[in-house]
Amino acid sequence: MSEFLQHLVNMLVLGGTYALLGIGLTLIFGIMNVVNFTHGVLYTFGAYVMFIVVQQIGLNFFLALPVAVLAGWLLGAAIELTLLRPLRGSDIDTTMLVMIGAWIAMQSGTLWIWGGVAKSVATPFPEAPLVLGPVSVSWLRLFVLAAAALLILVTYLLINKTSLGRAMRATFQDHDTASLMGVNVDMIYTSTFAIGSSLAAAAGALLGPVYVIFPQMGDLAAVKAFAIVILGGLGNITGAVIGGFILALAEELGAGYVSSGYRDAMGFVIIIAVLIFKPTGLFARAERVG
Amino acid sequence: MKAITTFLTVAVLASVPLWLRDPYLLNALITTGIFVIGAMSLNLLLGFTGQLSLGHIAFFGIGAYVSALTSLGFDIGLPGGVRLVHEPWPPIVGLVLAILVAGLCGYFVGQLSFRVRGAYFVIVTISFAEVVRLVALNWVELTQGPLALTNIPSISLLLPGFGELTLRTKVQNYYLVLVVALIAYLLIARLVHSHFGRAMRGLMENETLAVSVGIDVTKTLTLAAVISAAIAGAAGSLYAHYIRIIDPEVFAFINTVTMVIMVITGGKGSLAGPVVGGLIFGLLPVALRPIMAPEAQWIAYGGVLMAILFVLPRGIVPSLAQRLARRRGRAAALAPVALTETGAKEPA
Repeated sequence: MSEFLQHLVNMLVLGGTYALLGIGLTLIFGIMNVVNFTHGVLYTFGAYVMFIVVQQIGLNFFLALPVAVLAGWLLGAAIELTLLRPLRGSDIDTTMLVMIGAWIAMQSGTLWIWGGVAKSVATPFPEAPLVLGPVSVSWLRLFVLAAAALLILVTYLLINKTSLGRAMRATFQDHDTASLMGVNVDMIYTSTFAIGSSLAAAAGALLGPVYVIFPQMGDLAAVKAFAIVILGGLGNITGAVIGGFILALAEELGAGYVSSGYRDAMGFVIIIAVLIFKPTGLFARAERVG
Repeated sequence: MKAITTFLTVAVLASVPLWLRDPYLLNALITTGIFVIGAMSLNLLLGFTGQLSLGHIAFFGIGAYVSALTSLGFDIGLPGGVRLVHEPWPPIVGLVLAILVAGLCGYFVGQLSFRVRGAYFVIVTISFAEVVRLVALNWVELTQGPLALTNIPSISLLLPGFGELTLRTKVQNYYLVLVVALIAYLLIARLVHSHFGRAMRGLMENETLAVSVGIDVTKTLTLAAVISAAIAGAAGSLYAHYIRIIDPEVFAFINTVTMVIMVITGGKGSLAGPVVGGLIFGLLPVALRPIMAPEAQWIAYGGVLMAILFVLPRGIVPSLAQRLARRRGRAAALAPVALTETGAKEPA
């Protein structure tokens, strides 16, 4: 039982950052109809910004987080403006392949600049974990959960309570009509991609210090984000949050009770199973097409 | 005209070992040839049915593992205390089994492609390849996991009048790859120009219309996936018996991307496209090696993929064919195969 409780606590911590990854991807997928293969690179990018700001420049850990989020936002906006805007109107496969090209170039660039050796980021948290009865959790992980929850809340408010959010939702439903109503769709696309990218960078900046940082760390993160989006249904933010926690639970239980070697296979198994049995996702509205 | 070009290309390729003595370059040509076969099989799906399979390396890797395990033998424990022991069989049987097993996997993926299309199909195929990679990595008893399967025997042929010939040298393997590539090319060409090929292209260009004239979507897509996977499996088998060592890294996503780049650069939906793109991208690393670090090469790969999609979205071969045709003043009478528009596909 205590082992199960421990898995639940781990699930909560992982699930928060997975949800961040999923929200970013589902926004981009849903609003822009772009399969964002650079999502994993942006996750890696966030982690490397933490490494640069904390280890190389020597700034405070808590200051580095907003820097990473902002850097992700800027990189996302740059990708949208240079690669996606000229391709508006081309078919989904072409944009997908261009994003794959961008992903390879950026990942190899990371490898070229920083090398393949894993890096770690020093954190201001005490080494000793917080022990509550049978369960123990490190302070760093608790902070990661709190920060992820805060970011999810901010995104939720941004989408549901601001005029930018209303314009994004309108574009999601019908971009032609939104455009006729005076929504600057180009601006919405750039903002959407930038916001999604900053969330991916935030997830990397939070999880990077928990584990280690290396150029290929984003590959698995990207697949997990795809799994979460497919679980939750495309463009569905609540679905992405729940999907993030379900994937984290499946990984924890899979690693704990099946074999730790197959921990990372859980995301793929979920993708295949959901697409075979319920291709519209678990929480999808009826009009979605697969 | 087309037959002459094909014949001349084959003649030039067949003469290569006669004047090229450098083993490093010959090795690069053999591996390039193997990847060209893979790219041709990917083109059958991507270029002629419009289904972007980003897990294509799974079929290649499955072919490699099946062939290697058939010729090496294995001894594994199954649930319930049963032991499954397999004595080594000749590598040529491994090649046949690789084609069959990869084709069977293609059947399941083809069935899936009926249910999910577009972006979802892409993600399913990636997931499929990753699951297979994780199984190869973790089922150590069968695959040796990261320790790799080593000492895979070379392919040997029973030639009437010659006895048994084991293909050990680079020149022998070069001709083996060339022959298999030629068979794959002719098979795909024959398929594409048949009734079945027209059904595939009809589906790609307008699925609703194709269905309304009686084309069976599932059957057509599944058959394309089976043949494509079987050819990729054959390429994987050649790879295993030539390199003679296989580890789970064969399933790396970057290998699929290499094939995709070959097809897109050369021109999807054109028979010669994967060959041209494959030769360029197979031999480019050789040319770049003295002047660029491997990481810089990969950056260049990503850049070239993006540049091609922006500048020549249809690829080199269709663009050249169009330019040639225009020069002859018959732009309207293009070769039908080269005329598969990239944007004409109906989203699912």
